[in-house]
Amino acid sequence: MPRTFVKGNEAVIKGAILAGCRAFYGYPITPASEIAESAAALFPQVGGTFLQAESEVAAINMVYGAVSTGQRAMTASSSPGISLKQEGISYAAGSELPVVLVDVMRGGPGLGNIAPEQSDYNQVVKGGGHGNFKLIVLAPNCAQEMCDLTMLAFELADKYRNPAVVLTDGFTGQMMEPIELPESVTQLPTKDWAVAATPETDKNLITSIYMEPSDLEEHNQRLQKKYAAITEAEVRYDESQTEDAELILIGYGIVSRILQSVVDKARAAGKHVGLLRPQTLWPFPGARIKELAKTTKGFLVVELSNGQMVDDVRLALNGERPVHFYNRMGGVVPDTEEIFEQVEKVLAQLRG
Amino acid sequence: MAKDILQKPDSLYDEFTRKPGSDPLTTHYCPGCGHGVVHKLIAEAMDDMGIRERTVFVSPVGCSVFGYYYFNCGNVQSPHGRAPAVATGIKRALPHSIVLSYQGDGDLAAIGGNNILQAANRGENITVIFVNNAIYGMTGAQMAPTTLIGQKTTTTPTGRSAENEGYPIRVCELLATLEAPVYIERVAISDSKHVMKARKAIRRGIQNQIDGKGFSFIEVLAACPTGWKMDPVDAVHWVNDVLMEHFPLGKVKDKNGDAPTRDLVAAAAKAQVNGQKVREIVGDSNGFSEHLSPPKTPTNYQSPRVKIAGFGGQGVLLLGQLLAQSAMVSDLFSTWLPSYGPEMRGGTANCHVIVSDKRIGSPLVSETDVLIALNLPSLEKFERDVRPGGVILVNSSLIERDVQRQDVEVVRVPVTELANELGQPKVANVIMLGAYIGYTKLLSEQSVLAAVGKVVKRKEFMEINRKALTCGMDYVRDQVDVGREAELAS
Ligand SMILES: Cc1ncc(C[n+]2csc(CCOP(=O)(O)OP(=O)(O)O)c2C)c(N)n1
Ligand code: SF4
Repeated sequence: MPRTFVKGNEAVIKGAILAGCRAFYGYPITPASEIAESAAALFPQVGGTFLQAESEVAAINMVYGAVSTGQRAMTASSSPGISLKQEGISYAAGSELPVVLVDVMRGGPGLGNIAPEQSDYNQVVKGGGHGNFKLIVLAPNCAQEMCDLTMLAFELADKYRNPAVVLTDGFTGQMMEPIELPESVTQLPTKDWAVAATPETDKNLITSIYMEPSDLEEHNQRLQKKYAAITEAEVRYDESQTEDAELILIGYGIVSRILQSVVDKARAAGKHVGLLRPQTLWPFPGARIKELAKTTKGFLVVELSNGQMVDDVRLALNGERPVHFYNRMGGVVPDTEEIFEQVEKVLAQLRG
Repeated sequence: MAKDILQKPDSLYDEFTRKPGSDPLTTHYCPGCGHGVVHKLIAEAMDDMGIRERTVFVSPVGCSVFGYYYFNCGNVQSPHGRAPAVATGIKRALPHSIVLSYQGDGDLAAIGGNNILQAANRGENITVIFVNNAIYGMTGAQMAPTTLIGQKTTTTPTGRSAENEGYPIRVCELLATLEAPVYIERVAISDSKHVMKARKAIRRGIQNQIDGKGFSFIEVLAACPTGWKMDPVDAVHWVNDVLMEHFPLGKVKDKNGDAPTRDLVAAAAKAQVNGQKVREIVGDSNGFSEHLSPPKTPTNYQSPRVKIAGFGGQGVLLLGQLLAQSAMVSDLFSTWLPSYGPEMRGGTANCHVIVSDKRIGSPLVSETDVLIALNLPSLEKFERDVRPGGVILVNSSLIERDVQRQDVEVVRVPVTELANELGQPKVANVIMLGAYIGYTKLLSEQSVLAAVGKVVKRKEFMEINRKALTCGMDYVRDQVDVGREAELAS
């Protein structure tokens, strides 16, 4: 298999094209711009559409239109741009459109900076837009997964008629690593709900408006049922050395890479430390964390945020085991040693 | 052609079953509302032009949000003001479709102002129907961007004032300043004479789309008796006597004759690419199939965490990429992490490269095994991060001072001068890479050349890069530490 050395951001577009995505609408923002730039280079070559929209608001709405027709289409941005897209995301969730978007998180709030943060967890995983909706959220931690999970995002979005997000960060987007290209998707699902400008689809309607409260309640209940089915079937996570772990580290994206180094260092020092890395942030691997509570003494959650995912860990454990938390913000990324020190402290406390 | 005025066109449903309530035969619009008439004109055009089945009606947020109650075709309901963006996505996905983007004045000229401007400016091949009733109907008669000076609304209770709210926007005239739109006309539906003109304008706007001519825009002055607090008859008079005064009827832009006819369907079909070709485009052909074995590397230099730093323009990032790619070609794991964004504009650049025989966790380099400093600020900034026993490669052309650390190996290579001697200042970075792999035996010359080959496409550049690499390797062999050679070879 040939290996290509690419940025995570470029890998996203390779995955998208292999997944049959043929339209990209976006607006430049660091550190996500290479996604749009790769799309600009590649989409026209495969007969697809690339358009630099006038804003993130326009971009998500162009995707809304494109996806309404049954086309696989996407957009990508970074935190401030995702804030702008929230209205469109809510509409897509309400209209059950399989929109795919990528958020390469940067420092906030406000203009913040362009360094990596994970402070969009709440606005993406909990839904920053209005209404009772959920997005399928995938969290890659290497260039290969930027490609693979983008492909998976299209698959899951179509499978459930639900928007899916690849939630990543400035480092994972900018970092270059070898990837192997997966097989292309050759058979796209049929979408009999789409507005395809054909006699067969001329009664189809894409809308999120239900004027009668009872109708809207029914629609909401149906959505909640769908979310329950997704929670049942689509939780994904990656574990390393949790079997005999006294302490289990939890982190996603770039943090999980650092945590892997921390685990290696801890193991080399004879400490029983393991790692759980959620690959889906929604649905969240809460059940697995609860299970691990039976065999481990405690957890240490590490985030590049004020503590957002840690809430989901605490909810899952419901006080069953101590949950420690370590974070950096503003684009500061801790190194292996810094977290290792925390691990030693927490281990001492757990034994204390 | 024209149907009996009482008969519903096929493009409107006979019964409005999507409308909640017990009366599926009447619309939800108020008596005297302009929307119903405009709907009918559009539907008749769809019938007569034979496009119903391939029409997509994009409804806005406003009183016409329920366009899908009525239009017997594919419907997409869009967020407030975004219909032109939604229509763009639809039309580009379905070049054969006829996309009708329908908006009120608040939707189009206020919240969606930029979206219509940009869609018009791109010359999107869509037809926009803009219903201007000088007020926000749906939300209860608030001011719109088109509300006239002095006009009372619930948010301008004493009448719109230019001082506070500015002037009513003439959207047709505004859009007509753009290059791309082919056809922009303002019409009214206040009496049968005006309706005939409106009917013609709508058909022309649709025909333009069928012919692939580009962006057409029809503004329709319409009554909102409820919002205006008038009875329907007075409302018609107000359109004729007052509204038209500020919004003159007629063609504001018309380059139909000049606009070329385009077959968007054929163009899209021609652009389609399939199967293996897609893979090639996406990058398989750019991939490396080589598996070169690395030389025997002394333990101290194995699996290094490398930091490379210098001025922007010294090829710092590329040096790192070549190093990491050469490692990939040699079946080692590697990561490359750059400093990115505006930081680089300040003139400094650095990147972290890790090469390892195991899967790499953190791609960050803090404790550094190898520092490659191409200028003095880089040495000053990162010297202290190098681990005891690590290596610092120094560009001695630009760094005169000695490395202060006594517990590291120092390799001084005048790469700027050597590059100048080769006649190509740009290859200083490749000379340094040569020095690095020459000194540490981390990777083979062939692996670097394979990496360079993917980056450098032109033959003559390939040659100079090959020379640069050899130059760096020779330099460390001949100059740096001849004694060490013997040790390495053993
Ligand atoms: C984001 C957002 N802001 C505000 C509204 C409320 N809203 C609904 S319709 C409308 C104005 C519609 O006026 P216009 O476009 O003139 O259409 P009309 O009802 O007069 O046909 C507003 C402000 C909304 N639905 N969404
Ligand atoms: S409020 Fe005005 S625009 Fe809305 S339906 Fe009534 S008359 Fe028509």
